[in-house]
Amino acid sequence: MSNDPKRWVASHVAALPKSGIRDFFELVAKMKGQDVISLGVGEPDFVTPWHVREAAIYALEHGKTYYTSNLGLIELRRAISTYVEEHFGVSYRPDDEAIVTVGVSEALDLAFRAFCNPGDKVMFHQPCYVSYHPSIRLVHAEGIAVPTFARDNFALTAESLRAAWQPGAKILMLNLPCNPTGGTCSREQIEKIAEFCREKDLLVFSDEIYSELTFEGTHTSIASLPGMMERTIFLHGFSKAFAMTGWRIGYACGPAVLIDAMMKVHQYAMMCASIVAQEAALEALKHGWDQVLRMREQYHRRRDLIVRRFNEIGLKCHSPRGSFYAFPDITATGLSEKDFSVNLLQQQKVAVVPGTAFGENGRGHVRACFATAYEQIIEACDRIARFVDASGSKTR
Amino acid sequence: MNPILKLLIDGGQLSTSQMAKVAGLTEAEVNQHLDQLKKDKIFLGWRPVLDLSHEAAAATAVRAVIEVKVTPERGGGFNRLADRIARFDEVESCYLMSGAYDLLVFVKGGSLQKVAAFVSEKLSTIEGVLSTSTHFMLRCYKEQGFLLDGGEAQTSRLNVTP
Repeated sequence: MSNDPKRWVASHVAALPKSGIRDFFELVAKMKGQDVISLGVGEPDFVTPWHVREAAIYALEHGKTYYTSNLGLIELRRAISTYVEEHFGVSYRPDDEAIVTVGVSEALDLAFRAFCNPGDKVMFHQPCYVSYHPSIRLVHAEGIAVPTFARDNFALTAESLRAAWQPGAKILMLNLPCNPTGGTCSREQIEKIAEFCREKDLLVFSDEIYSELTFEGTHTSIASLPGMMERTIFLHGFSKAFAMTGWRIGYACGPAVLIDAMMKVHQYAMMCASIVAQEAALEALKHGWDQVLRMREQYHRRRDLIVRRFNEIGLKCHSPRGSFYAFPDITATGLSEKDFSVNLLQQQKVAVVPGTAFGENGRGHVRACFATAYEQIIEACDRIARFVDASGSKTR
Repeated sequence: MNPILKLLIDGGQLSTSQMAKVAGLTEAEVNQHLDQLKKDKIFLGWRPVLDLSHEAAAATAVRAVIEVKVTPERGGGFNRLADRIARFDEVESCYLMSGAYDLLVFVKGGSLQKVAAFVSEKLSTIEGVLSTSTHFMLRCYKEQGFLLDGGEAQTSRLNVTP
């Protein structure tokens, strides 16, 4: 009999590839202390606003150390309901149509576990957030990647959806604005996607975590379109807009029957999100909007700076309408996205993430996060310019 | 709004060449904007924000805030007296206030005696000044938006995250 401890690992977990980000993280970690400028992060550089942190301290001082309802504090669900109605135009009952989770990641995991039978097919646009495809595989479902393209500014089109659709497709996973491309869809494009979902009877998981960071036009939630609320799980959280990544607070809203199914998984797996973090999230919703606007304005200007610099350097880069990621095309350098990222890190000490970490369709691109101070962005772009020049690329 | 003014309002910690890159202008254009803002008396000048509490030589400086009650004048209100007080070198800032007193005057001097002398000999003897109430500052915790004791901890953000 083998003594290899690997024999205990479930086969579908063993078969799951490690995140491409993980390899790169380890490479960057080895360069500790070497003045690396990182554009490789996926979170704001702002610390959570003080009034939110102070609310958490106050909660602790007043003995808020217990479990909460499985669905989350009712005051928080009420505030979420009001916020979602005001900002997304969809009305959810706080009592049974909203659940507070440990980040959007947990909400997403609950959704996959609650709604996927083994063998079900889930469509998702790609490049996409690193967890989507693995989460689908962890519930023994089958992922159908729908490509998005630089020529469309990485918006998802109904045509691509239709081309990729297969019989048996049950769920469509959306993330608009998108990590890593910053791609968003216009209202017309969303309407066509919604029409396709109704036609094919798809359930939609809509991860709208970057929606407040939409720089041009207004964000349209697919849940707000006619006939969509009843087939949409609206997923959102506090990490990006309110600069609260480490607090791990997210939420899902949807029809009561579906939220109840997610709650079943949540109550056995997690019980509830941290009460202190929930209290902080409540404060963020009550008094945090001015800070969200302030941060968005900063990201907006940083976006303009980094996109302009990439294009000047000769790395073709569309202007992302949302999120805090630029996704330039690096093929003009003649390097693969992986070689570009590794060489740039080793030669000029700037960390970006190879596009293929976000799926095959990220080939030829890298993700550069502009949630970084101006000075750092300016210096990083100067270094990238030197790197591109030295690599003797065809960019000029 | 003037793009450079926006950057200055944000905190103004960028050099002119950095401002040029952020705003997509040349350095000469940034300087033109700055000159115009100066002409318009919007941009008054640069000042460093310092924590001198550990500098032995500078630690002798004393700062005080003085509540001043004055008699307003027909036609000019508080302006003439406020301007007259503001012109003293010792005065760092001077505000007209609502409430129990009229002017709030921030004063800096080389020693406690010098500030006291300024109040008793210069400020309170001006015709129209009815009373003064002087509060000496003991310790500073936050200056012009900067926390003095540590502030935010060094960022512990990971270098690469999804």
